[in-house]
Amino acid sequence: MKPLEILKTAITNSFRSKLRTSLTIMAIFVGAFTLTITNGLGTGISNYIDSQIAAVGSSNTFTVNKTGTSGNPGSGPKKYDASTRVLASGGRPGSTQQALGQADLNTIGAIPGITGVTPVTRLSPDYIQWNSLEKYQLSVSPLAGAQPQLAAGSALDDSGTQPQLILPASYVAPLGLPDNNEAIGQDVTIGITDATGTVHPITARITGIEQSALLGGGGAFINKSLSTALADAQGTGAPAAANTAWAEVTATFAPSSASQVGDMKAGLAAAGYTAQTLDDRIGTVKTVINGIIGVLDAFAIIALIAAGFGIVNTLLMSVQERTREIGLMKAMGMGSGSVFGLFSTEAAFIGLLGSAIGSAAAIGLGTAVSGALARGPLSDLAGLHILAFAPGPVAGVILLVMAIAFIAGTLPAWRAARQNPIDSLRYE
Amino acid sequence: MSAPILAACDLTKTYGRGPDRFDALKGVSLEIDRGDSVAIVGKSGSGKSTLMHLLALLDTPGGGQIHVDGTDAKTLSGRNLNALRNSMFGFVFQQFFLNTASSVLENVVLPLKIAGVGTRERRARGMAVLEQLELADKARNKAGNLSGGQKQRVVIARALVNTPQVLFADEPTGNLDTATGRIVEDILFDLNSNHGITLITVTHDHDLAAPFNRRLYIRDGVLITTDEEHAA
Ligand SMILES: Nc1ncnc2c1ncn2[C@@H]1O[C@H](COP(=O)(O)OP(=O)(O)O)[C@@H](O)[C@H]1O
Ligand SMILES: [Mg+2]
Repeated sequence: MKPLEILKTAITNSFRSKLRTSLTIMAIFVGAFTLTITNGLGTGISNYIDSQIAAVGSSNTFTVNKTGTSGNPGSGPKKYDASTRVLASGGRPGSTQQALGQADLNTIGAIPGITGVTPVTRLSPDYIQWNSLEKYQLSVSPLAGAQPQLAAGSALDDSGTQPQLILPASYVAPLGLPDNNEAIGQDVTIGITDATGTVHPITARITGIEQSALLGGGGAFINKSLSTALADAQGTGAPAAANTAWAEVTATFAPSSASQVGDMKAGLAAAGYTAQTLDDRIGTVKTVINGIIGVLDAFAIIALIAAGFGIVNTLLMSVQERTREIGLMKAMGMGSGSVFGLFSTEAAFIGLLGSAIGSAAAIGLGTAVSGALARGPLSDLAGLHILAFAPGPVAGVILLVMAIAFIAGTLPAWRAARQNPIDSLRYE
Repeated sequence: MSAPILAACDLTKTYGRGPDRFDALKGVSLEIDRGDSVAIVGKSGSGKSTLMHLLALLDTPGGGQIHVDGTDAKTLSGRNLNALRNSMFGFVFQQFFLNTASSVLENVVLPLKIAGVGTRERRARGMAVLEQLELADKARNKAGNLSGGQKQRVVIARALVNTPQVLFADEPTGNLDTATGRIVEDILFDLNSNHGITLITVTHDHDLAAPFNRRLYIRDGVLITTDEEHAA
């Protein structure tokens, strides 16, 4: 029998006992539906996290600081060394963070693979104000490769001379701005206090409004021009040394493989610096989410295995019912391989039906629910579609279910294949 | 002289074991020539069907050999055995074994489907054989909706569709009334005399056996002479 005929016959056979086949399909449906939903959850959340991570920083940068030497409490206080400078830090009492100077910048820049080093100046503006209305607190950070998700407006111009900022959407209404779109192009005043206690008002233009984000601290992104202006204002009157000491620097590198990143990290570690990529900082979040989705997937697989026993049962009954037919076909020269193929194909087809319907239902329902959630309870997390369905994983689910169905079909198919034609024909 | 198309030597067949052990055949030897028409006659339970199944290579004997066209059946591989069952032999079983939910044509072309013949040719050959058996107008009917005589003709059409050299028929008129039985009988003899098909028919009916070229009488798993049977 030709494979195509086997396929056609198997499909026809699967519709011969409609009620039994439908019940088996229902069981598979439940498993496939669950698996597609958990997969969609995984895809949706990781898509969101990826976009959120991109919004916070570039994946091609390290945040570098000096490796702390105060780690071991048993070693007692460190001897004073005039060449090291220490910054007061917000860590546990006794922990110190050493400052990085120009020499450090040069050392870091010399590590193979590092293409650029930018010191991170901690800018602490006092307030932001629009149109002389209410003043609000604000934290700012330079772009450093981040790709904020904009609700309106356009990206910052880092090379221009005009001071610019991207404002979080949550500031629009409090500042008295009419709405996101009207806010674009407006000038705001940022106040910053210098070392002598004088407040400098600095004017900057809003170029974009950022969607509310999961990972961002709710601060504004500023361009180089504004960052320089703020740093200059903040540094006014400070001792010269303070302007050349930084808690951390950002080191950029060309897109690299994981092992290249590892090499650079090792190089930095050998030189006495701790380097973290964004993935390092966010990795644990991903691990936890993957763990939760793994557990959900396991439940779906259990449901599918139960459905697999349903297939075994259905097909064993079919084999029993069709004993004579099998005997007849074998008497007419049908090979055992074809008989096996007939029943295992039928199993795989039942699996395909169940999983295709289950996945389609999951995609339909999931998309609707996810859309409703995004508009309702989750609307604060703009851009979060809790369920997202990519073709790859969905096809993977369908193939997995078909494989389980096929395996379940092998026992009945094997039974059918080894039947003696005459015993089957005598079967009353 | 060429080898007989079927030759059996000292065939035995035992069903069950222990106290249930039953010797259905106790050493049967026979030869059937190409183009012959042979009736295997005996009472119910005498081992006729068992013998026919062994000759048709549907079952394996407990002992003895079967030669098909001079080839020992034991030496045939699974693939060759299937090819032989498919294209050299045609069967009409004691029951119809029709798929009642499928159409007459679909039932008839089943051996061609198994042989891997394409849809178009299957149709053409199926229709040709239905024509031959005057069933062409029933081709699209469901097999379950036919009368007994029509069903038996469908079964014969199915046995003939792959142009077999040997046609086995197990009680072909057993399920039919006398008049319909006569028609089926005529069809079988026509196939033998006008199409050169070797005909091997199992029956318990002496009237049906009479027109055959040869009659083999079987009782309790052994072949006996005609006289003994008539005397009994
Ligand atoms: N599968 C089987 N198991 C046990 N006994 C069987 C089996 N098939 C046939 N027999 C026995 O073998 C004997 C011959 O059977 P069979 O060849 O069908 O006879 P016939 O066709 O002449 O009526 C009968 O007594 C029957 O009960
Ligand atoms: Mg019989």
